[in-house]
Amino acid sequence: MIRVVRAEARKLRRRSLLLSTFATVGGLSGLFTTIVYLMINSKSGNSRRGERISALQLSQPDGLVYGFKLVGAFLGIVALCIFASQTAQEYTYGTLRNLLVRQPSRMKILIGKFISMKIYALLIVLFAGGFSIALSYALAGHAKVSTAKWSSHAALVILGQTTLNIFLSTLCFGTLGMILGLLFRSPISAIATGVLWTLILENIISALIANTAKWMPGQNFSNIGEGGSAIASYKYSLLISLIYLAAGSTLVAILFKRRDVAN
Amino acid sequence: MDKLAISATDLTKEYGERTALSHANFSVPAGTICGFVGPNGSGKTTTIRMLLGLISPTSGTGTVLGENISQPEKYLPKVGAMIEGPAFYPALSGLENLKVLATLGGFPLERAEELIGKVGLGDRGGSKFKTYSLGMKQRLGIAAALLPNPELLVLDEPTNGLDPSGIQEVRELIRDLANHGTTVFVSSHLLSELEMISEYLVMLREGKVIFSGKTQDLLAGAEPIIVAVPEYEVDLTKLVKLIEDSGHAVALRDGAVQVTSSKEWAPTLNRLAFEAGITLASISTVQQTLEETFFEMTEDEA
Repeated sequence: MIRVVRAEARKLRRRSLLLSTFATVGGLSGLFTTIVYLMINSKSGNSRRGERISALQLSQPDGLVYGFKLVGAFLGIVALCIFASQTAQEYTYGTLRNLLVRQPSRMKILIGKFISMKIYALLIVLFAGGFSIALSYALAGHAKVSTAKWSSHAALVILGQTTLNIFLSTLCFGTLGMILGLLFRSPISAIATGVLWTLILENIISALIANTAKWMPGQNFSNIGEGGSAIASYKYSLLISLIYLAAGSTLVAILFKRRDVAN
Repeated sequence: MDKLAISATDLTKEYGERTALSHANFSVPAGTICGFVGPNGSGKTTTIRMLLGLISPTSGTGTVLGENISQPEKYLPKVGAMIEGPAFYPALSGLENLKVLATLGGFPLERAEELIGKVGLGDRGGSKFKTYSLGMKQRLGIAAALLPNPELLVLDEPTNGLDPSGIQEVRELIRDLANHGTTVFVSSHLLSELEMISEYLVMLREGKVIFSGKTQDLLAGAEPIIVAVPEYEVDLTKLVKLIEDSGHAVALRDGAVQVTSSKEWAPTLNRLAFEAGITLASISTVQQTLEETFFEMTEDEA
């Protein structure tokens, strides 16, 4: 198993992928955190959907992770794209046959891939969080936000919880990407379906039909990152997400194990 | 009986109504070079994929290096394979691609570096795979197949895209491996190449094995060809009709008639031509090449 993880890591650490991923994550993290602090007095708001977050709110222990929470929702989409493409490309490049000749256990290939991508997702989350926090400190003075409570014990607990929640949320999106990659066996189809469903279709359906949001996988994945919301509790979203992903993973694992590798 | 590297017993693969391979029975003795030939779509790649555990047979069974093909994990660590052309990650260098497979297979990374040099990619090992020519990709595929220092090497069209010197290098590499005890199971469209190196042959047509055995037995069993050239070209048609009337298969090629028959019939042909007023400028018998035998076997039965 460890050999599969190390082999996958070799692919994931290629310069072009690392640069594009971390540039995207850094860009998003920087953008959202900067908006929170630089637009603090803007009438059009400095958070999602025009919400205004004041300097007083930001100076609380949870103010430290505000920017990080905002970017957290998008890290999931980044993970979905990476997990989907890294899985489906084995079919489009025809490289799956090479992998299976060198490691005939299909389950080891699948689990090894998942573990390596999980580590990659963790690095993405830590990088986004670290960058957002560093930027928050850098911009706090400009926005007249006190950072005194950011180093308190309560702030550290919130930071730990937020990092864990965002990591779990990112992992849920990534796992969905991997499931779609194995189902469609084409990176473009898998990414397009995943992004279209979670970013657009779920929102349309939730807006048109009442009480459907809490059943939507993407909404629940995002809700985990936020630590729960008025739509659904944190525990509920964890449970629903687990059910969806367990069902999806079981289905694709059976397909992956039984399907002929004919390309 | 010799130790077998590969054996297939009634191996069958069906995709719905279509039968890709039907009750294939053949064996490949260990330590030999065995050519695997057949027209496109005859089931060669399907067979190779089943032997490597990539697809499951509908029925029948097989063994590779003494292990059942239903348990590929038992024999694949000792098998190197290049199937249906080289497939690698375009954004990784050739060397890095090999290192991915070396890591996966648990082979030392130095082996990847050594093989890059062995297949003549030493100076381009650091270049991205997507920048490689077809011949370079093929060389990388062969290097990947050699990673485990295999007991059995399975190569599907290894000379595709290679220039004549590259083809010669592959031929020498295969011979060298066989001399050191590696069994090589190689499919190729270059039948003249296979004729030069293969001691054994497995021939497929429309999913069925039509020959399996020693190359020399196949060629010895094939009737020779009598090649006759009339002095005057205008006599060609007359000569063809004369041969056909005597009940022999004849073909017209490059100003000569080619008759599939035993060499003992050559004097009879000479006499018949003389009696018909045709002077033969030359008459000779030649042994059929593998290519000619292949066409005869795959076309006549079609």
